[in-house]
Amino acid sequence: MLTILFDGIAYGMVLFVLACGLSVTLGLMNFVNLAHGAFAMAGGYTTAILMNRYGWSFIATLPMAFFVPALVGLLLERTLYRRLYGASHLDQVLFSIGLVFMAVAATDYFMGSQPQLIQIPEWLRGRVDIFGVQVGLYRSFIIAVCGVLVIALQLVLTQTRFGSRLRAAVDDPRVARGLGIPVEFVFAVTFAVGSGIAGLGGALGAEILGLDPTFPFKFMIYFLIVVTVGGTSSLIGPFLAALLLGIADVGGKYFVPELGAFVIYTVMIVVLVFRPKGLFARG
Amino acid sequence: MFRRTLLRTAVAAAGIVLAASGASAQETFKVGLILPMTGPFASTGKQIAAAANLYVQQKGAVVAGKRIEIVLKDDTGVADVTRRIAQDLIVNDKVSVIAGFGLTPLALATAPLATQAKTPMVVMSAATSIITERSPFIVRTAQTVPQIVTPFAEWTLKQGIKRMATLVSDYGPGHDVEKFYSDTFRAGGGTIENLRVPLANPDFAPFLQRIADMKPEAVLVFVPSGVGSQFIKQFVERGMDKSGIRLIATGDVTDDDILNPMGDVALGLVTAHHYSAAHDSPENKAFVAAFRAANGGMRPNFMAVSGYDGMHAIYEGLKKSNGQGGEALVNAMKGLSWMSPRGPVSIDAETRDIVQNVYIRRVARVDGELYNIEFETIPNVKDPAKGK
Repeated sequence: MLTILFDGIAYGMVLFVLACGLSVTLGLMNFVNLAHGAFAMAGGYTTAILMNRYGWSFIATLPMAFFVPALVGLLLERTLYRRLYGASHLDQVLFSIGLVFMAVAATDYFMGSQPQLIQIPEWLRGRVDIFGVQVGLYRSFIIAVCGVLVIALQLVLTQTRFGSRLRAAVDDPRVARGLGIPVEFVFAVTFAVGSGIAGLGGALGAEILGLDPTFPFKFMIYFLIVVTVGGTSSLIGPFLAALLLGIADVGGKYFVPELGAFVIYTVMIVVLVFRPKGLFARG
Repeated sequence: MFRRTLLRTAVAAAGIVLAASGASAQETFKVGLILPMTGPFASTGKQIAAAANLYVQQKGAVVAGKRIEIVLKDDTGVADVTRRIAQDLIVNDKVSVIAGFGLTPLALATAPLATQAKTPMVVMSAATSIITERSPFIVRTAQTVPQIVTPFAEWTLKQGIKRMATLVSDYGPGHDVEKFYSDTFRAGGGTIENLRVPLANPDFAPFLQRIADMKPEAVLVFVPSGVGSQFIKQFVERGMDKSGIRLIATGDVTDDDILNPMGDVALGLVTAHHYSAAHDSPENKAFVAAFRAANGGMRPNFMAVSGYDGMHAIYEGLKKSNGQGGEALVNAMKGLSWMSPRGPVSIDAETRDIVQNVYIRRVARVDGELYNIEFETIPNVKDPAKGK
């Protein structure tokens, strides 16, 4: 019973890391970036390639799984995304879904369509018994990493100068610019960090969720659910939403396997019926 | 004016020369190979296409006075595309045989065309039992789901296992595996519980926990090959391999194409299937060596051997029908039997489906690579779902 709860939390944590970058771009920067999953995939593939071809250890690849997608994100933000900040949401959707198709086809072409497998290190395999609850080591590791990440992000966003600049830039870019805040720079950095975190999520999740070229499509719906259910006001919303969905999904599949796949959607509908703007809506 | 006439004469002359040379050479016999070469099932397409080309390369392009030409088309694994391509190939490219078909829906969508056009259709991968019944022009050189799991269930019973669970992906082939395995297992006096997982299932944790609570003696798994490794990893991660629940699977899970990267977690896994790249026979050794040499070291899997055998059936059929296509070719393919890299096979004259050995195998490390090592053979299995 508690094992299920634990698995659900770990799953929710992975969902959060994958989706929190999206909640930043979608929620804070008001940009519909459906290509978010492509950055997550980039992170996953970075880890897979470094481990399988160059023999890096799993832990050593994680920073790279952050930096490579972050760099790619920065590059794309500077060259493509920034042109669309002012565009209508439909244009943004069309543009970013086009990017997804390109990412999927390119990955398929260069890496092949077979799933990428990674070997997590020996000390993260297996499970231990804590007070009678069976706990998987790798899942505990994920929970720890994600927990640190959540706290760090929330602190950066609420406590630092950069965080307040970002919030200012989002709320009213014109005034922010007038006050001397480098809005373009703030957006670029935020976008890059969001992409990087997605990449980290892709790398961490590769073991649990699998990794193949269709990854961005398979999980796009999950990202969007997390962000819509969570609301876009802060990071706490998506975080709680991811946990709720993770636990509901795992629990639903355990207790009513016949309906397993639908539970997550039911939760989403129920939440949205009562709180159309998500759990934590903006003003 | 003069120049144009001259040009025309020249073109006409060239045309006559070409026509004459064409008549003296053999007639072309086109095989339309329709496979998913891109998209999620691209590995199926790549394996089959590579094997079919290898066959033509090895045996020469000329058979029964005809020059074989393979026309390869990509259907991306989408049924209506397959059908459209098949129609185009038959009508415009005048192919004499259509072959390939990576998935069941693709084969089912195309079957009526084969009947209407009286074009032989060689199914090289799709494994649902009913496919060959959908057109009298279909010949299958792959395998059927019941052909693998029915003898597998009998084998499990023979091991003294009485309480089983199955875990299958919730789609056509998964339902087939569940049904045919469970029916046979129950008929043999065993009890069995069935569990289905959504096809797009990112995390197996809850299902594994359920199996752990059921405590069966063994669990049979059927999931698409890519997800299979995910499943096994999580199975081992939860320590279920040590809790006394035996994990068995159909050979799709330990597909030769992806077995090696799965790593040590797959070691010892028992599966049933009709082909392993490690099958111990001179035919297979030659096949594997040639396939690897022609494809940059890629290991052939059961898809490849089906493509190879599919071309063999077409070649031998043409020899028997003296180069005639259509109904004559289908009739010629009926009852063919030969030594395939997978072992002795034949085409059942009545059902046009393949009859072959099913092997029980165990994953082991050989020369540093993981292979399915066969340790028991169930000879000449005919699709048990037919003729009931």
